[in-house]
Amino acid sequence: MIEETLLKNEEKAVYALRSLYRRYGYLPFRMSKFEEYELYVRNKDFLVSDRVITFNDTNGKLLALKPDVTLSIIRGGEDTPGVKQKVCYNENVYRVSESTHRFKEIMQAGLECIGDVDLYDIYEVISLAAQSLTLISDRCALEISHLGLLSAVLDELCPDGAFREQALRYIAGKNAHDLRRLCAEYGIGPDGTDRLAVFITAYGDRHRVLDNLRAVFGTGAVRELQMLSDLLDGSPVGDRVTFDFSVVNDMNYYNGFVFRGFLDGICDSVLSGGQYDNMMRRVGRSSGAVGFALYLDLLEQLTSVRREYDVDVLLLYGPDTDCRAVADKVAALQADGLTVTAQKAVPAKLRFRELCDMRGGGV
Amino acid sequence: MLNIALPKGRLGEKVYAMFEAAGYECPSIREVNRKLVFENADTGVRYFWVKPSDVSIYVERGAADIGVAGKDILLEYEPAVYELLDLGLGKCRMAVAGPKDFYDDGTRTLRVATKFTNIASAYYAGIGRDIDIIKLNGSIEIAPLLGLSDVIVDIVETGSTLRENDLEVKTEILPISARLVANKSSFRFKGTEIERVVNALSRQIDAASNT
Repeated sequence: MIEETLLKNEEKAVYALRSLYRRYGYLPFRMSKFEEYELYVRNKDFLVSDRVITFNDTNGKLLALKPDVTLSIIRGGEDTPGVKQKVCYNENVYRVSESTHRFKEIMQAGLECIGDVDLYDIYEVISLAAQSLTLISDRCALEISHLGLLSAVLDELCPDGAFREQALRYIAGKNAHDLRRLCAEYGIGPDGTDRLAVFITAYGDRHRVLDNLRAVFGTGAVRELQMLSDLLDGSPVGDRVTFDFSVVNDMNYYNGFVFRGFLDGICDSVLSGGQYDNMMRRVGRSSGAVGFALYLDLLEQLTSVRREYDVDVLLLYGPDTDCRAVADKVAALQADGLTVTAQKAVPAKLRFRELCDMRGGGV
Repeated sequence: MLNIALPKGRLGEKVYAMFEAAGYECPSIREVNRKLVFENADTGVRYFWVKPSDVSIYVERGAADIGVAGKDILLEYEPAVYELLDLGLGKCRMAVAGPKDFYDDGTRTLRVATKFTNIASAYYAGIGRDIDIIKLNGSIEIAPLLGLSDVIVDIVETGSTLRENDLEVKTEILPISARLVANKSSFRFKGTEIERVVNALSRQIDAASNT
């Protein structure tokens, strides 16, 4: 029997998430801690960072500690019409931290739906992403963007790669003032600039955003977003899901719908995902895929109640104290629901509520 | 309660005046003392003074919901924050400067002294010029005078320090001004309060640009 109060936030989340994903038929995917380094060299465009921890196996082969889970999952498998492989995982990956510039172990949980993916699958994965967040905290938000729509508008306005890169950076940063300056630099008129700026100004409530987008781009352009939104209206977690085009996940990796999840009290997004058909093509697969990862190591930032004591009882015994008496006393205290540590001296820095001194025959 | 990181110094005082005029006053901040944190429960704000280059770190890490940082700092450190407004304050330029008689003939690696290594590297990479970056933390202007570097990349406000040291602006890289930034998570969970601040400050910026 697991006592829930002893579990850390991330440990509680792992149990709850596994149970949730199993209910939707996502089977656990176990993978090796190591992959051949060549896999990451071939696909380094898809990695968050191209820096990978490598080492030689006993046979001389160069191996790497996984910097990414998805590549390992999608490189096998077949593409059969109508069929989807649905897997979930809980794995550690090794990446360079953006803040410390050193390698860091990151605990991830997530799921992938790979194969003949349709709108239902996208809805299911987005709904599971929102449910994952609500399992951890009631104060959560999932934000969805559509890279297809964003990409089409950018292509129509200016095909220049430098413009596109810079414009995406400003949209991701909700930076309307510099986006307008950039448009002026590239000779894009007020109408075009306003069309692009909608991706910064329209965010939040799905229905309101759809009204704004329809007014600018027409009904046809927002059809996919509309259909997804209609499905989410009937979901119990639909109220947690909004539209926000500042979610600009890597376009090398993702296409179509992309999303990010936030929890109040954690300064960065804790969940990231989307459709990654581009990556499937790269590994020679013809079908589609959608999935997400939750960064469990960030959950330790959630405020938890600080314990006033390390242990309820410090039981001190001497060199002559009968071991049976110590064992019985420990058992009796535990039976009263107390935590106890048996020691022969008071450990430095130990915070205890009460002292039970058995030295010299005392109780 | 909205936590607001302000840059210490003259710019921070101007920024606070904007917040005050927008209805987010906190009278205790005007008191002369060594306190760093000031709160007004009535207006729902808590201000704190931090080193200008640290504002974006406080905001990125969520210790502050919003803050005001120079564009130079945002470009140099690329914090993961939202840049919501150009406040139009603290206007200056990021520029390449060097001795008046220096001419870069492109025959050897250019030695560049700067505090802003990312900005300088990105600028020279963009024009395909091979450089040797010399990272300094202050008194950048002295580097070319003592032969430590050929040029410097630094912020130029009036240009008087350059002139007094026989240096001149060679190329302007980009304009700089103070920007209102927000933490990404706070933007979700304190969005209404942040939007209210943005709208109130925008009205002041618009009014100033129309006069």
